[in-house]
Amino acid sequence: MIQEFLAGSLIYWLIAILFLLGIYGILDNNNFMKKLMAMNIMQVAVILFFLVLGQKMGGTLPIMIGHDTNVDHYINPLPHALMLTAIVVSLSTTGVALALLMRIQGRYSEIEEDDILRRMNK
Amino acid sequence: MREQLPALIVVVPLLAALASPFIAYFSKTLVRWLSIAAISVALISSIGSLVHALTQGTWHYHFGNWAPPWGIEYVIDPLGGAMAVLISFVSLVVAIYSGPFLKEDTWLKKGIFYSLYTLLTTGLLGMVVTGDVFNFYVFLEISSLTGYALIAAGGHRATVAAFRYLLIGTIGASFYLLGIGYLYAITGSLNMADLVEKLPPLIDSPVVLLAIVMFVVGLGTKMALFPLHGWQPDAYTYSHPAATAFIAGVMAKVPAYAVLRFFFFIIGSAAAPVKAALEVMGWLAAVGIIAGSIMAIAQKDFRRMLAYSSVAQIGYIVVGFAVGNTLGLIGAILHIINHAIMKSCLFLVAGGVKWRTGEHTIEKYAQLCRKMPLTMGAFLIAALSMVGLPPTAGFFSKWYLVLGALEANMWPYVVIIIISSLLNAIYFFRVIENIYLKKASEPSEEVKGSLELPLQMLVPIVVLGLGILVIGIFNEQIVSQVLLYALPGGGN
Repeated sequence: MIQEFLAGSLIYWLIAILFLLGIYGILDNNNFMKKLMAMNIMQVAVILFFLVLGQKMGGTLPIMIGHDTNVDHYINPLPHALMLTAIVVSLSTTGVALALLMRIQGRYSEIEEDDILRRMNK
Repeated sequence: MREQLPALIVVVPLLAALASPFIAYFSKTLVRWLSIAAISVALISSIGSLVHALTQGTWHYHFGNWAPPWGIEYVIDPLGGAMAVLISFVSLVVAIYSGPFLKEDTWLKKGIFYSLYTLLTTGLLGMVVTGDVFNFYVFLEISSLTGYALIAAGGHRATVAAFRYLLIGTIGASFYLLGIGYLYAITGSLNMADLVEKLPPLIDSPVVLLAIVMFVVGLGTKMALFPLHGWQPDAYTYSHPAATAFIAGVMAKVPAYAVLRFFFFIIGSAAAPVKAALEVMGWLAAVGIIAGSIMAIAQKDFRRMLAYSSVAQIGYIVVGFAVGNTLGLIGAILHIINHAIMKSCLFLVAGGVKWRTGEHTIEKYAQLCRKMPLTMGAFLIAALSMVGLPPTAGFFSKWYLVLGALEANMWPYVVIIIISSLLNAIYFFRVIENIYLKKASEPSEEVKGSLELPLQMLVPIVVLGLGILVIGIFNEQIVSQVLLYALPGGGN
C-alpha cells in the first residue's frame, strides 16, 4: 500500500505542491524578481509533470537496442520532446521578463510592486 | 502551389518576421512593405483556404507529409478559416496604420517592431489553423511573448503592465499546458481529430474533468474573462500605440475561439463536466459584463474605458457559449468578428486622436468633430455598434445572443445583455456628447495640413468603420453562408 503510493502517486502530489507553491509565490511576493523566480518554479513543475508521464517501470532510453521492438522496454520519448519545446518557451519567457525588469529598474530604481504601482498612478 | 495554402498562412509571416530586422538595416521603408506584403499573402491564403473549406469540406494539411496523429496537422474548417481571415485582415489594416507612428524611429526599433508585429500575427494565425493541441500551445506562447514585448514598447508604465501581464499570462499558459498533459495522459494523443474519437468513452473520468478545469482557468486568463481580467486594462491602455488596436482587438478573441474549439468540437458540449464548466463561465461572464461596463463608465482615459469595455464584450462571447444552442453560438462567433473590428476601429481612433492632439482623456475630445470629421464619423459608427443599434454589426450579434438565450429559457442572460447595452450607451454617449455637442474650452487652432490625419492612418480607420456597417448589412449572408457551417456539426 505505502510502497504503491510511493512508487505511483507520491511524485504527482509533490509536483502539484511545487506547482501551487509557484503560483503562491507569484501572488504573495511583492518583489518582481521573486515573482519571476516563483514563475520559474511553477514552470519546472509542469515540465516535471510531463517527464513523469513518459516514465515507465523498467523502461530504458528510447534508443533501439539490438532488435528489441517491444515498446514496454522503452520509456515514452514524446513528453520529453514536448518538454524540450516547453523549456525553450520557459527560457524565452524568463529572458523577456528579465529584460523588462531591467527597464523597470532603470526607470524606477526599484522592483517592489506596491511602490511602483503607487508611483505609476501619480 | 494551391495545395500548400494552409502552410503559407503561417510560414510567410514567420519568414518575414525573421527577415525584418535585417531588411530594416538596409531600408527603413522596405521593412514596412515587407510586413504588409507578408500579411497580405496570409490574408489571401486564409481566404483561399476558407473558400476551399466551405466548398469542399474541411481541409486537412499534413505538415511535412507526416501523417497524424504523429505528425502535426493543420486543419482549416469554416470556423478556423473565418478566424484566420479575421486575424489577417485586422492585422493588415493595423500594419498599414502603424507607419506614421514609427517614422522617427531608428532602423533597429522599426525592424524589431515589425518583426514582433508580424510574429504576433503568425502566432495568432497558427493558433486558429493548427489541429494539434501542443502546437496550439507553442503558437499561444509565440503570440504571448511578442504581445508582452509590443505592450512593453509603449513606455515606462507599459513596461510594468507588460511584466505583470507576463506573470499572469504564464500562469494561464501553464494551466493550459497541464490541461493538455492530462488529456495526453488519458488518451495518448495530442491530435484534435484523434482526441474527438478517443475522448467520449473516457468522458466521466476525473482526469478529463481536471483537464476541463485547467482549460477554463488557463484560457479564461488569456481571454481576460472576469475575474481573471486584472492584467488587461493596463496592458491595453499603455501598449505601443501602433499595435494597440491589433492587440486589443484580436489577441483575446483567439483564446475565446480555443474555448469554443475545445468545449464544443473536441470534448463535446453534451458532456456533463463541460456543461457545468460552461455554466460557471457563463455566470462569471455575466458578472463581468456588468462590472466591466460600470468600470468603463468610471474611466477618464478613453483607452482605459475601451479596455474595461473589452472585459464586458468578452463576456458576451462567453454568454453565447454558455447558452450553447445554435442561435447562441452564432451570436458568439459573430460577436468575436464584430468586436474584433469594432474594438480595433475604436483603438485606431484613439491612436489617431493621440497623434493629432496628444490627448487621451475624454474631456479633451471636445469639438473634435470639427478637426477630424472622418475619424469621428468612424468613431460614431463603432460606438453605435458597441451600444448595439441597427444597422450596425453590434446589433445583430446581440440580437442572436438574446434570441438564443430566450430559446434556451435563460432569461437572466437576456436581462444582463439589455442592462449592459444601456450601460454601454451611457459611456459611449458621454464621449459622443464631448465630441459633437460640448464647446471646446480653448479656441481650436487652424487645421495644419489639408487632411485631418495622414492618409495611411485615415484609410484604415474609415475602412474599419465602413466594415462595421458592411457586416451589419450583410450579416444574414455571413451567417447563412459561413457561420452556420462553422458550428459544431457543420450547419445541420
